[in-house]
Amino acid sequence: MHKKDVPQDSGVLENNQMVNYAVDGDGNYCLAATTGWEPVNAANRMAWEEIREQLFQVRQQVESGKLSSLAYYMTRAQMDAPLLASYAGLARWRVRRHLRPAIFAKLGSEQLQRYAELFGVFVEQLVRLPDNDELPVAEYPNPEDNK
Amino acid sequence: MKIANFSHRQAAHCESGATASLINYAGTHLSEAMVFGIGAGLFFGYVPFIKVNGFPLVTYRCKPGAIFARVTKNLNCDVHQKRYRNQAQAMDDLDLKLDQGIAVGLQTSVFWLPYIPAAMRFHFNAHNLVVIGKDGDEYIISDPVAPDLVRCSAQDLSKARFARGALAPKGRSYYLTSVPAVKNLEEPIVAAIRSACRDMLAPIPIAGVRGMRLMARSVSGWETKYGKRRAGYCLAQLIRMQEEIGTGGAGFRFIYAAFLQEAAEYLAVSQLEELAEELTAIGDDWRDFALQATRCCKGHAECSYADLATMISSQADKEERFFRHLQQLTKKLG
Repeated sequence: MHKKDVPQDSGVLENNQMVNYAVDGDGNYCLAATTGWEPVNAANRMAWEEIREQLFQVRQQVESGKLSSLAYYMTRAQMDAPLLASYAGLARWRVRRHLRPAIFAKLGSEQLQRYAELFGVFVEQLVRLPDNDELPVAEYPNPEDNK
Repeated sequence: MKIANFSHRQAAHCESGATASLINYAGTHLSEAMVFGIGAGLFFGYVPFIKVNGFPLVTYRCKPGAIFARVTKNLNCDVHQKRYRNQAQAMDDLDLKLDQGIAVGLQTSVFWLPYIPAAMRFHFNAHNLVVIGKDGDEYIISDPVAPDLVRCSAQDLSKARFARGALAPKGRSYYLTSVPAVKNLEEPIVAAIRSACRDMLAPIPIAGVRGMRLMARSVSGWETKYGKRRAGYCLAQLIRMQEEIGTGGAGFRFIYAAFLQEAAEYLAVSQLEELAEELTAIGDDWRDFALQATRCCKGHAECSYADLATMISSQADKEERFFRHLQQLTKKLG
């Protein structure tokens, strides 16, 4: 990659820069700052779209009473039950039980507090669904939208 | 307090960047590319039976921690490395070392680091950074991929050090305890090139050029196996592994070419210069592959999964030729 071809497509990096290795006019390698590259932005956007989709499905299941709100916060933090169990220091089967609304409703305040701290929310938030997913997706514009 | 004579330099890759920082802080100059090369960082692996976020594992580099381990070993440099059970103990030890004026490398998860751009915060547990000071409750951090020094609260840093899941850091910290011997780099350079060649040409179906061919075969079947949507997500994951933060472009091919160029000068072997040029061309083709793959996952008709598979196998052919040449050359270098 030539230094003058180093892409400057801002997106996923927000206002940050990272460095690429590129060759200068004499064919020598140098470090070149880049604000991003559109294929990377697009791939990153797709990864978040997938999370958004999963979250949408979980939200529906929570609303219809099939899952507890813990499942929503777990999915939003890109976790599954085994990973959450590992963070919470609990056995997997116990976390899986907590994903059931009836069991979750009976959890003690100490356990709720621990989950809430992990997800960086208050207990009052943890026991219900937020209005907004607040995912970092689409915080940068999709160039396809403007076409 | 902040370690005074530590100079922050932005790097392309976190592990080679952090290692280079620590070596430079110890008083000997070594570029990031040189560290990456001597650490034999270049690799390729495609492991369909290990899933990362539900997608087959693809890597363009060696396993986390290996660059630091190889570089310090090749340069006869003593290191202190420790993992912890107790979070408070890990943070206390960090403070103690900072007080002694020691810059400490840490393995962390990007998910818990607030200064990382929100869209890049996934559960990736092998991010390396160097802590160089503390100001009240905040740590001053030289994160190799950040343009400037950053700050992070003790609570967030502790969470990042004790992330769970695959490659869990378990509070791992590391620093150099002796000055690396960089007077004579010839031997380490040649040994590291040999090791990279051996890995890339290994007779293992998931590693090196054979791994690329395996990936080519899988990619050609993704659309029928997973359906359009999921196949697109798989491709997106591939592109991110190759180009998202920390590869320097083209899945580390450019940074390795930069290393070969430096090595050519150091060893006064002009063929290495030519091989660096060849690898740059291969890297350009990887960039082109990422571009085509993006078109493919957006559903543009002009690029099919079969076309992408052809591109990958052609990359495998080119890299095989490249590494055979490189391997022959190192044999001559003795």
